[in-house]
Amino acid sequence: MCASVKYGSRGPALIPRMKTKHRIYYITLFSVVLLGLIATGMFQFWPHSIESSAEWSLDRRSVHDAPLVRIPMSSPIPERGDLSCRMHTCFDVYRCGYNPKNKIKVYIYPLQRFVDEVGVPISSTGLSREYNDLLSAISDSDFYTDDVSRACLFIPSIDVLNQNSLRIRETAQALAMLPRWDKGMNHLLFNMLPGGPPDYNTALDVPRDRALLAGGGFSTWTYRQGYDVSIPVYSPLSAEVDLPERQPGPRRYFILSSQTAIHREYRVELERLKEENGEALLLLDKCSNLSQGLASVRKRCYKGQVYDYPQILQESSFCVVLRGARLGQATLSDVLQAGCVPVIMADSYILPFSEVLDWKRASVVIPEEKLPEMYTILKSIPHRQVEEMQRQARWFWEAYFSSMKAIGMTTLQIINDRIYPYAARTYEEWNNPPVVKWTSVNSPLFLPLIPPRSPGFTAVVLTYDRIESLFRVITEISKVPSLAKLLVVWNNQNKSPPEGYKCSMISEGLTSFFFLSRSECINKFASVFGTMPLKVVEHRADPVLYKDDFPEKLKSFPNIGSL
Amino acid sequence: MQAKKRYLISLLTGAFLVLLFYFGGGVPGPAATGSRSRHGYSRPEQPWPHFSDPLQHFSPWDHSDTEEYNVHISPRQKRDVNSSVYKGKKCRMQSCFDFSLCQRNGFKVYVYPQQKGEKISESYQNILSTIEGSRFYTSDPGQACLFVLSLDTLDRDQLSPQYVHNLKTKVQSLPLWNNGRNHLIFNLYSGTWPDYTEDLGVDIGQAMLAKASISTENFRPNFDVSIPLFSKEHPRTGGDRGYLKYNTIPPFRKYMLVFKGKRYLTGIGSDTRNALYHVHNAEDVVLLTTCKHGKDWQKHKDARCDKDNAEYDKYDYREMLHNSTFCLVPRGRRLGSFRFLEALQAACVPVMLSNGWELPFSEVIDWNTAAVIGDERLLLQIPSTVHSIHQDKILALRQQTQFLWEAYFSSVEKIVLTTLEIIQDRVLQQTSRSNLMWNSHPGGLFTLPQYSSYLGDFPFFYSKLGIKPNPKFTAVIHAVTPLVSQSQPILKLLVSVARSQYCAQIIVLWNCDKPLPAKHRWPATSVPIIVIEGENKVMSSRFQPYDSIISDAVLSLDEDTVLSTTEVDFAFTVWQSFPERIVGYPARSHFWDNNKERWGYTSKWTNDYSMVLTGAAIYHRYYHSLYTNFLPNSLKSMVDQLANCEDILMNFLVSAVTKLPPIKVTQKKQYKETMMAQSSRASRWADPDHFAQRQTCMNKFASWFGGMPLVHSQMRLDPVLFKDQVSILRKKYREIERL
Repeated sequence: MCASVKYGSRGPALIPRMKTKHRIYYITLFSVVLLGLIATGMFQFWPHSIESSAEWSLDRRSVHDAPLVRIPMSSPIPERGDLSCRMHTCFDVYRCGYNPKNKIKVYIYPLQRFVDEVGVPISSTGLSREYNDLLSAISDSDFYTDDVSRACLFIPSIDVLNQNSLRIRETAQALAMLPRWDKGMNHLLFNMLPGGPPDYNTALDVPRDRALLAGGGFSTWTYRQGYDVSIPVYSPLSAEVDLPERQPGPRRYFILSSQTAIHREYRVELERLKEENGEALLLLDKCSNLSQGLASVRKRCYKGQVYDYPQILQESSFCVVLRGARLGQATLSDVLQAGCVPVIMADSYILPFSEVLDWKRASVVIPEEKLPEMYTILKSIPHRQVEEMQRQARWFWEAYFSSMKAIGMTTLQIINDRIYPYAARTYEEWNNPPVVKWTSVNSPLFLPLIPPRSPGFTAVVLTYDRIESLFRVITEISKVPSLAKLLVVWNNQNKSPPEGYKCSMISEGLTSFFFLSRSECINKFASVFGTMPLKVVEHRADPVLYKDDFPEKLKSFPNIGSL
Repeated sequence: MQAKKRYLISLLTGAFLVLLFYFGGGVPGPAATGSRSRHGYSRPEQPWPHFSDPLQHFSPWDHSDTEEYNVHISPRQKRDVNSSVYKGKKCRMQSCFDFSLCQRNGFKVYVYPQQKGEKISESYQNILSTIEGSRFYTSDPGQACLFVLSLDTLDRDQLSPQYVHNLKTKVQSLPLWNNGRNHLIFNLYSGTWPDYTEDLGVDIGQAMLAKASISTENFRPNFDVSIPLFSKEHPRTGGDRGYLKYNTIPPFRKYMLVFKGKRYLTGIGSDTRNALYHVHNAEDVVLLTTCKHGKDWQKHKDARCDKDNAEYDKYDYREMLHNSTFCLVPRGRRLGSFRFLEALQAACVPVMLSNGWELPFSEVIDWNTAAVIGDERLLLQIPSTVHSIHQDKILALRQQTQFLWEAYFSSVEKIVLTTLEIIQDRVLQQTSRSNLMWNSHPGGLFTLPQYSSYLGDFPFFYSKLGIKPNPKFTAVIHAVTPLVSQSQPILKLLVSVARSQYCAQIIVLWNCDKPLPAKHRWPATSVPIIVIEGENKVMSSRFQPYDSIISDAVLSLDEDTVLSTTEVDFAFTVWQSFPERIVGYPARSHFWDNNKERWGYTSKWTNDYSMVLTGAAIYHRYYHSLYTNFLPNSLKSMVDQLANCEDILMNFLVSAVTKLPPIKVTQKKQYKETMMAQSSRASRWADPDHFAQRQTCMNKFASWFGGMPLVHSQMRLDPVLFKDQVSILRKKYREIERL
């Protein structure tokens, strides 16, 4: 095909030398190729060229346009997730390769609509708004590649965020039908609501071979440490409600419980706590008189009094996040957004992003058993720590919980850090809120070392043109026993400075102009640094015995301070 | 005719090209740019489309699931089910550990009495005696929360001479065994040639494992503890310091990456080492292997062996270790190797090639800050990986190796205590240490979670958090003589300290046998004076972590100390710059007495010092807690019996934590003379026994710390302009110079 096109372009020059038979042959060939091309062009671009005349052209894509795929009954089902999977056993690292940017490449399968043999879709919701947000965030990020052969990680477009809306067997079959599935190697699934009635497993029940699972609600028994990623359960309220950040500090209530579906046993215990401690606790439940739906989600009630949710969360220092049927609760996200310190009571729960986030600085984890002791435990936490936790909670929400994009990017970054551990983000980068990042000091020389005298020191002398004083400095400094090397930086491009200028420098060097320009420098530098990094102290270091009434010859540094 | 056809063909070709252009590039072009400009993404590929359909939320607004669940399952039952189901390889703290044992008496560890006729290896003996000497130890099994066997379980290699036979029956017959619940089993070697399984050959039931070379597959997260492999010669206490004496910038050493070790040729763990020669370049990457090990190595040798062996003999292991930036630590037959600790100590950043090894203390240590975790599958990329690491990062990695070595690995004691502290953290739950406490100086062993779980309450993290210590201090005056006259120095001291602008309160610790003086006998001051009657009136009570100390800084004073308000103010401003150190006036020094081969103590005026006595010193209140809870009873009771040395012990402790000397600030000249003139104190100081006791104390303390933690300093901090020839009116702390 390619060759014939080449010939074609050179056709006119070649043809005269050919026989008529050949000429006809070529003309026919051309016509065929031409017609073929026109046909292909029509087929490929026809619908779009029509759409392009409309205002929103390509954007008016609909999920219903996605190709329909029928899953045969006998289609293979992947194996259940292998609990012993780790990055070095179940992940093909060769696909990621070495790259100077240390960034993995992520491929997203194009959207398909999977149906079973009789045409019933595998999921009752299809593509959810959240999963769509997640995938478009990934496709807009630096991780994305459309080149399937260069990809290191594959993300199916099959939405498994909520297991309840899935048909387990068919979803599994659909996964196995993905062209690059290969036993689930390097595939990443996102799931926030795992398990189903009656016993609610803590990981997605869909068989998935070796695929990695980013799951919300792992327990220590289903979480494969260093392989799976524990993610939060996204709260759709995050996008609905704008809660402005509140300064850390004491709040109206000490403990707030806002969850609606708390088990009876626990509600009884909470009520007992409320009796003991009165006004410090606020126990909210859903409002009985309101209809279902969004309106009821935004309201909470206590004895007929109605409160706005999630705004009420900002009125409390601590907010209870109790396990429900599942370990992961969307409430956690609301609580963090409100800058309320979560009191997490969900035994064996793997906290979201616990691989990188230091939850001890943002939350209190209490065993379910100790619910009755909650009040005393929380009272023992110092105020300063509570304030720091409030700030940290809000920062965790902003950086890692606030949107599906944040959740997706954090998940990919965690996996990226595992593949390129030497380029991984540090504890400080993950955990320090911007305020701390600005004010904290992380010295590059952090180890308390008292270096020995033996290597001595290197003297660096900057000189412009004052040769005499330079020589004086050199002679003086070379008397010092611990001097190892002396480096003179000649900072003068015009070799010979004018005579007599030296003296004027000495006398006029310290004029008011000189100081003025230096204070301008200080202001300039401070504005570049954002803050004033210099610190004022009132002490200076002197030798022990400095100017003490003590025989001079017995002092280590006798000459210092003598005039 | 021909020409006509020629034209026709060229026309057709032209038309064809036009069409090709039109369909091939023309149509999608404008559409694509249009959508790009509208949505602001700028990649040429086809990304995830923007669907215009109204999509549903992934979860409905009302969770009916939970209610259904709530009706059926009681959470209490669910917990019971969990703890009965998850046993053996699925053991977790929730299912295989009885927390209630720890709640009664705190985290106490019981060691089974050693039975006659049982031989115990030196290493295991070291582990047991460390536990017995620690503050966790209890000899009463009824009080214990954790049990440690006296049967040597370290070496479970059947071919080893240390192997203990019939362990299974011996363990089962233990009266307190209780199927291993709340037991901790230490192990260094398991399995044997050829497959080196991680099975101990004993049914450990619900016991926790503290095991070296454990694989992620067998590791039960938050239940087992991965410990490093250490040799028989590993010191019991103290241990050598790291080899890094000073930082060099740029941080590169003679070699970039080195390895020198055995090559197995066949069997488990041989692949990586067999492939090392591909990467060796005899210049900056020197990876050497030898086939010469075992009795019959000649039989198995391959074509490379002779060449490799010759190259191997050219280099010295120690020389390479100390002169390389990175050290390769590939797996051996087992996952871990001695090499790991050797590299760590030598400040040679370990490059791990041991897939599936759960690194030592991985539960708390962030190894990415001190090692390069490589992948055995990507051996060939290792040189380019290490070359790509920026020099700032190398500098940080190298310093972190030294910190970790000294904090957790340098002695058997540290390894064992770290293991116990990790388990204690799990038991304490909400008051456990945060990641930052484990991974930054001074490390988890010196940051007691019982004191506080808030980083800002410790003296070590102020700059890391970007905060400052509380700008006030609490003075603690140690009173031992009855209050008889109004001219006693303690009253003068009270007045001058109370006048300090930074003073929050004054605590008088009444350690005198006479009853407390009446309230009106104390001078009226602007700050509250709290009088506490000392517990048992012993010396150590001056370092009790009293609840009434609310400020971060403590000014510790003897009753006969003479200080002016200016001196106190100045010392406090200095302390604010060095909150983790002792800042004060009376300085003393230690020295090594070659004749007596022991440490000596001197109070002479010298050019340097290593202690600042707590008769007039400011330090962080955390050290009260550390003194009381960290130090063993043996040392504290020695101090109490002698009624002496408490200040030396405090200096030992703070220097052991900070690895830095205390700070001496200027004092008024008459200080020393006045102090010596005081009647009560003079008797104590003039007593020759008193001085001899202090020598004895020093040596006793040094042996417990496993070395001399004190550090000398030649620096004194004076106020800026101190004794400078400028007008006294320009000086802020002018009182200090006045005689």
